[in-house]
Formats: sequence, structure tokens, C-alpha cells
Amino acid sequence: MTDISAIEKPRSQWSDVWSQFKTHKGAVAALTVFVLLILFVTVGPFIWTADPTYINPDAAQMIRTRNKPPSWDFPLGTDQLGRDMLARMMKGGQVSIAVGLVAMTISILLGTLVGVTAGYFRRLDGPLMRLTDLFLALPLLPLLLVMVMLFRDPLSRTLGPEGGTFLLIVFAIGVTSWMQAARIVRGEVLALKEREFVLAARSIGTPSRRMILRHILPNVVSPIMVSATLGIASAIITESALSFLGLGFPPDFPTWGRLLFDGVDYIQQYPERVIWPGVAISLTVLSVNYIGDGLRDALDPRIRGR
Amino acid sequence: MLDVAKPITPLVQVRGLKMYFPIYSGILRRHTGDVKAVDGVSFDIMPGETLGLVGESGCGKSTVGRALLRLYEITGGTVEINGTDVATLGTEDLRKARPQMQMVFQDPQASLNPRMTLADIIGEPLNEHTDWDGDRKLARIYELMDAVGLNRRFANRFPHEFSGGQRQRIGIARALALNPRFIVCDEPIAALDVSIQAQVVNLLEDLQEKFGLTYLFISHDLSMVRHIADRVAVMYLGRIAELSPRDALYARPLHPYAEALLSAVPEPDPTLARSRQRIILQGDVPSPANPPKGCNFCTRCPKVFDLCRQVKPELAEVEPGRFVACHLYSDPTAAGSTGASTANEHNQQGVSL
Repeated sequence: MTDISAIEKPRSQWSDVWSQFKTHKGAVAALTVFVLLILFVTVGPFIWTADPTYINPDAAQMIRTRNKPPSWDFPLGTDQLGRDMLARMMKGGQVSIAVGLVAMTISILLGTLVGVTAGYFRRLDGPLMRLTDLFLALPLLPLLLVMVMLFRDPLSRTLGPEGGTFLLIVFAIGVTSWMQAARIVRGEVLALKEREFVLAARSIGTPSRRMILRHILPNVVSPIMVSATLGIASAIITESALSFLGLGFPPDFPTWGRLLFDGVDYIQQYPERVIWPGVAISLTVLSVNYIGDGLRDALDPRIRGR
Repeated sequence: MLDVAKPITPLVQVRGLKMYFPIYSGILRRHTGDVKAVDGVSFDIMPGETLGLVGESGCGKSTVGRALLRLYEITGGTVEINGTDVATLGTEDLRKARPQMQMVFQDPQASLNPRMTLADIIGEPLNEHTDWDGDRKLARIYELMDAVGLNRRFANRFPHEFSGGQRQRIGIARALALNPRFIVCDEPIAALDVSIQAQVVNLLEDLQEKFGLTYLFISHDLSMVRHIADRVAVMYLGRIAELSPRDALYARPLHPYAEALLSAVPEPDPTLARSRQRIILQGDVPSPANPPKGCNFCTRCPKVFDLCRQVKPELAEVEPGRFVACHLYSDPTAAGSTGASTANEHNQQGVSL
């Protein structure tokens, strides 16, 4: 107490969060796996430079390189058109992970926004929750199909076939999957709003905006984190379903979902064709779940330091 | 403090404070009635004074405290704090007026955000109302922590790492951060261990002396109110039954309800305790949504008579500095010195019941 400088300054919480995160073994392992997956799909194509969409124009050559088992030339084998599976896995991973992350971000942002406004501002609660019910009641797959039907061509014309489809799919998945998050967040906010520390902040004169940012949001991080990690998984799978129905990316454009779909026809003869993308999707989903779990624990000061 | 110094203007002036919570019922959610949590409460608090507010659960004590700080939108009446009518201020003016009035909450666990460090919690009022830089804020935070007796090394910790008493100190430090003049203590010791209660109450008294604070001390612990308060208001079902200087009230309560309430205070001396006559009230508190037509206490009062069931008694000064809302004292011929003797008579009747 004698020397004030001996007392450390209040430090930022992020170092605490990181040191707690490091103690969660599953989360660290998952983070490693996830980083490796990201490196595999982003740096990989620069090392393994085969063209994922290359089909040998010479029909005889093409038939000879079809359905190859793993070899030095084709580490994961080739598909039914003689395309290199490793290159297709990398290219497909880029799209699948990007779709998963971006669609999840959109749905979580929307869900949190709707949930917090509905829970915090009593007047908006009714209208916003009815809107949520409305979205929940819509049959999603037909809605997605209609959206893709209506907007794919105009978007493809302006942004190119890949960019346009990516934007459309990410947006479509995002705006059709925010409702669960919104409901959970609203419930939490309603409970939090009645807590005394919110009343205390009101008596200090904290305006609504900072009240939400400082007191409400940090306390609803756990449910948001859980639905975010689950959201990535379901976004990747929904994208697969769309590709499966032929309404996602163009047929020759690889995504993990598409590879899975193409491999299903050959599952008897060449099961590895299904196993590779299946394992990749499972690993992504699993690692994201574990990272979310670790983050949630690390962000909660009551658990931290145990 | 006894004969309230008239020339000094009161810091807090409450006139006819009403706080109704609407009841909506039926399929159409129509407004069918009100819970009259606070129904026409008036009192003054002088600068530097502690006004104790006592009453049983659900009588509207906490609602009064919160309504004073305008944590609720009040239904009627005026609340003047330091000359400004808090009840009618606009959002931004209210925000500017907040620093002079603060609150200490009942549950120290619930009133601190579990995700904020102690420094963040105590610093929040400073963030809201000052444009100081980080070092100056930190210096002020340390100063406040010293004032309430918290080790400066705790600045980085989270509320769950503290004991109940320490958490209440954090709450008090937060309330003090902006140099308020008036603090509402909403049962600040109810959630604490008895050994810690004394510490916190003594801390509140020390701070009052040091910073010249004015308290509204809400509690159901009558002995603690006797210890800290200068004047005491007894509430029953949303109205003030009696408002008297502490010593006078504890020595000779005038209102039958105050009398019954005070007879429930445990007596530490066993010989006195044996001779003590408790007044056991019959029945339950009426619903605040549907209070009785006359005096709110008429359904349980041992000294009830016809007038009580017809007319609500107003709070009136029956002796210097003593305000009572009871028809026993409203008779003009029985006022003054004779009022005291009739009161004694009635007291004896009350005891024999």
C-alpha cells in the first residue's frame, strides 16, 4: 500500500481470456486443427498447383485417369472425370469454410440485433417476435429455392457466376437461420434487464446504447457463442444441401458439399470419395464447436482461473 | 435534529408521491386496475440527515426509494431534490442531474455486473459523467477504494471473488464516485451477515460525516434504523403511518401500526423481554390493488372505530416534529398535550387486547 507504483494497473481482460483459453485442452487442439484446415485450403493450392477443374480434353487420356486410387501423382486419387481430388478438396474447402463463417456471422448479427432490441425495448418486442415467428413458420428449403431461382441470374451477371452465387447463398442461409439465436438472446436479455446491476447503471445515467454494449451484450455472450458454433456447422450443411439440389454453385465448381454429393453415386466402389469431404466437414464443425466451448468458458470471469 | 431547523431548506422534498403499477387482465389485456404501491407519500429530508424508512415487506419502501431516483416513471406528485423537480425532467436533463443522487442496492451480488472488474464498476459513473483521462480516473477509483476500505490490489478482480460485505463496499464506492449529496440506501444490509451489517452501517455513518451525505435509509431492521436514522418514517400499504424523530418514536410510538411494529423488536434483556407485551396483529395486509376505503390500517387496527372505515386520515403534525396519519389524533380537541394522554389511554387498551 505504501508504494502506489508497485500496484499493477488494471489490465485488459484479453490476456486473462487467452490464458484461460489455453488451459482448455480441447479448445487448443481444436484451434490447431482449425488453423491447419484453414492453411490447407488457403496456402495448400500454392503448394499443390494442380487445377481442380481440369479435365483432360483428350477423351482417351481422360478415361485412363478416371477413378484412380491415391498415388504420388494424385495423393487423394481422381474423380469420375479424372480431376485431382486433393486440388478439389482445397478449392472446395475455401468455399465451404467461407460460406460457413460468413453465413454464421450474418445470422448471428441479425439474431443478436433482433433479440437484443426485442428484449430491451418493450415496445418493439411484439412486432419483432411476430416477425421471428413468421420466419420460423416459413418452409425454408422452398424459400431458399425461390430466392436462388429469382436472384441467381441477375447477381451472376453483375458479380460473376462465383461471386454472385457466393453472395446469394451466404445471404440466403444467413437470413433464414437467425431466428433461434434471436429467441434465445431475447429470453436472456429479458431476464438480464431485471437484474439490479442494470438498475444500478440506470441510476448512474447510462444511456440505452452503452447499457446494451456494456451490461447486456457481455452477459449474453454464452448463448450467442453456442448458437454461433452450431450455426457454422448448419451453414456448411445447408450449402451442401443446396449444392445437392443443384441450386448452389455451378456443377463443376467444387465445394465440400458438392464433392460429397458427387461421391455418393460411387460410394460402393470408391468410398474414400465420400470419406474425404465428410471428414473435412466433420473436422471443421467439431473444431469450431470446441473453440466456441473454450471461448465461452474463457469469457466468463466466474469460470476463469479455476 | 429533533426540532427540525426550519430556516434550512430541505434537500429532498417529496409531495404526494404516487406510484401505481397498472394491472392488465383478460384476453384484450385491458387496464383493469392499479397496484397502488405508493399512494400519496410526502416527506422532507434535511441536508446531512438520515431518514429511516421502515415497514413490512411489500409496503412500498423500495418503490419509494426507486421512484425518488426516477428509476420508475412516477404516477403523480413531485420529487424535488436540491431544488430541481426530478419527476418531470427530460431524458438529458435527468442524466445531468443523476450525479447528485445515487443508490446503494439491497443485493450486492446482483447489483454488480459479473463481467466487469472492480475498477470498471467503480469507474462507470466517471466514464458516464466526466471527460477525465485514464490516470485521473484511476486515481479517483483508488481514492474511493481507500474511502470504503478496499485494498487497492483488488482493482482488477471480479465481483464473484469478493465476500458479501466487500461487494457492498464496492456498491457504496460506486455510489460515491460522483460526489452525490443524496444517497438512497435500499436495504443495504438485508443480504449481509449480522457481523458484517455493523461494519457496513458504520462505514455508511463514517462516510456521512466525511462527505456530508444525506441518506434515505430503507430497512425492515428496526434496531439498525434506530442506530443510524435521525428521523424515522413508518410505512404501511403505500402510505406513511407515522413520521417522527427517532428517539420519540422508539420511546412512544403514536400510530397503532408503529406501536405494533415496534413491539416486535426483540429485547436483549431477558427480564425486560419477559415483561414485554407484544401486540399481535390479526389478519393479513390488504391487497395494494384494492386497499380499504378508509384508513389503510383499519382492517387490522386494534383501536379501530367507525370514522377509520369511512375516511382516509391525512398525515398531520400532532406534536412538534411528529407527524401521524391516524384519526385518534385528528380530533382538534385532543391535539397537543392532551393528545399524548389520549394516546396513552389507547395504548393501554391496545395492550390489553
